[in-house]
Amino acid sequence: MIFQQVVFYCFAATAIISALAILTTRNVLYAAFLLMITFLSIAAIYVFAAAEFIAIAQIMVYVGGILVLMVFGVMLTNRISGAAVTTGNHHRFWGLFIGISFFTLICTVIIKANFGQLPWIMSGRETYTAPVGTAINNIGIKLMTDFILPFEIAAIILLLALLGAAFVARKPQKN
Amino acid sequence: MIPIAHYLFLSAALFGIGLVIIITKKNAIVVLMGIELILNAANLNLIAFSQYDPTLIQGQSFALFVIIIAAAEAAVALAIILKVYHFYNTSVLHEVHNLGD
Repeated sequence: MIFQQVVFYCFAATAIISALAILTTRNVLYAAFLLMITFLSIAAIYVFAAAEFIAIAQIMVYVGGILVLMVFGVMLTNRISGAAVTTGNHHRFWGLFIGISFFTLICTVIIKANFGQLPWIMSGRETYTAPVGTAINNIGIKLMTDFILPFEIAAIILLLALLGAAFVARKPQKN
Repeated sequence: MIPIAHYLFLSAALFGIGLVIIITKKNAIVVLMGIELILNAANLNLIAFSQYDPTLIQGQSFALFVIIIAAAEAAVALAIILKVYHFYNTSVLHEVHNLGD
């Protein structure tokens, strides 16, 4: 139990530290790779919350897809090849002010709301048993019965996004 | 079990950092990274609450759809950034002033 907690807090600290490093670094490529560390540690935290399917989906979609896309974007919007792509900051005071005030607001709400004492969470904790096997079976049945309409709409949205991205990013045609 | 408040604090921290990145960074791709961080923070909340109903896993299913929307959004946004770069020769947001040509 203690070992579990230590590993959880290590992954949480890794996620927060690398997210802060994205904030402080000026190199866009470094930011992309730090984002990969953040995504991988968040995937590890999903495993702690008994969501191993979502963790694998996170690694495959975010680290394998979105991040590669972003690195391609960084490479393709590089004006001087060979020089590092850097980014500047602006509105520093207002950015930090809004971010810190939102963080304190959410933390105050979490402490005041005391989610650990909600009835359905209390009952869930009492009947909690260590997961046997995986939840993938359950997720598959849910996706094909209760969530069949959002599932099909997600398929159409992915197709539309593919077509739209290819249409927007195409080379202008000469005629 | 790890108390649910700790998941929520982690998610709040990621949300705050993503918000600061969106406001302060000049490069459009880094702003996109901030949006991805905020979507991940929302997913973390959904999954943290979902572990208390293992039979009716609504939170996990919803998180799956959030991941799908994030993938579609990143693809379209990067296509738009590439188009803006070809037109203005920059991906710095405050140098892009007008939409028309």
